[in-house]
Amino acid sequence: MITAIEVNCATGEVTERPLTAEEIAQREADAAAYAARKAEEEAEAEAKAAAKASARAKLAALGLTEDEIAAL
Amino acid sequence: MANTYVKIASYAATGSVASIDFTSIPSTYTDLILKISGRISIAQIYGAFLLNINGLTTNRTYRYVEGNGAAASSGSGTNTNVSTGQGNSTTASTYSNVELYFPNYAGSTNKSFSVDSVGENNATTAYMDLYAALWSQTAAINQLTLLPESGNFLIYTTATLYGIKKN
Repeated sequence: MITAIEVNCATGEVTERPLTAEEIAQREADAAAYAARKAEEEAEAEAKAAAKASARAKLAALGLTEDEIAAL
Repeated sequence: MANTYVKIASYAATGSVASIDFTSIPSTYTDLILKISGRISIAQIYGAFLLNINGLTTNRTYRYVEGNGAAASSGSGTNTNVSTGQGNSTTASTYSNVELYFPNYAGSTNKSFSVDSVGENNATTAYMDLYAALWSQTAAINQLTLLPESGNFLIYTTATLYGIKKN
């Protein structure tokens, strides 16, 4: 059984209850959405890093030193 | 402990739980602090803790810096991740320590908050990270819901919510 916890800060009451079928489905959908968004953001970051590395390589091929590239 | 630092509520898991939801948070403090000692059931070292604010997953942005024992990194995101947390492939019976700080949580401007998180693992790889986050909503924060990225929070996970007063 999957349980959810609610802590009511006004009363101090703690409620433990099983998730409903709808909540379980929503939880699975949320986890999938989170994983997809995370993968998308990681792919964007990797693409950005690859573009940066490519740009640095091209600048080096033009004859710029590492210090000159870093100074840009 | 300063008398401006007041425990509002806390929860300690006696078994696996899917979520920990602090509701009806009073607006009588200036700031909120949520402290977590947590571990989730996902079979990896990294096990993100997610946070919904007022029941919502939207209008969120963050930037972070991270170290994992081998490399440092930084990045940004728009999801509800608030910590690298701790998965279940770490040393048994260890838990990450996470603190979230919400200044001016009951005000009428967008809500910024910060997170510092340190995982615990008796091995080369262990995560620590800092987040600077923003919830672009002007409503007062009255509900904070902790969720694992997958699976459940494990037994002995604890979460405590504190209110900070000016005086």
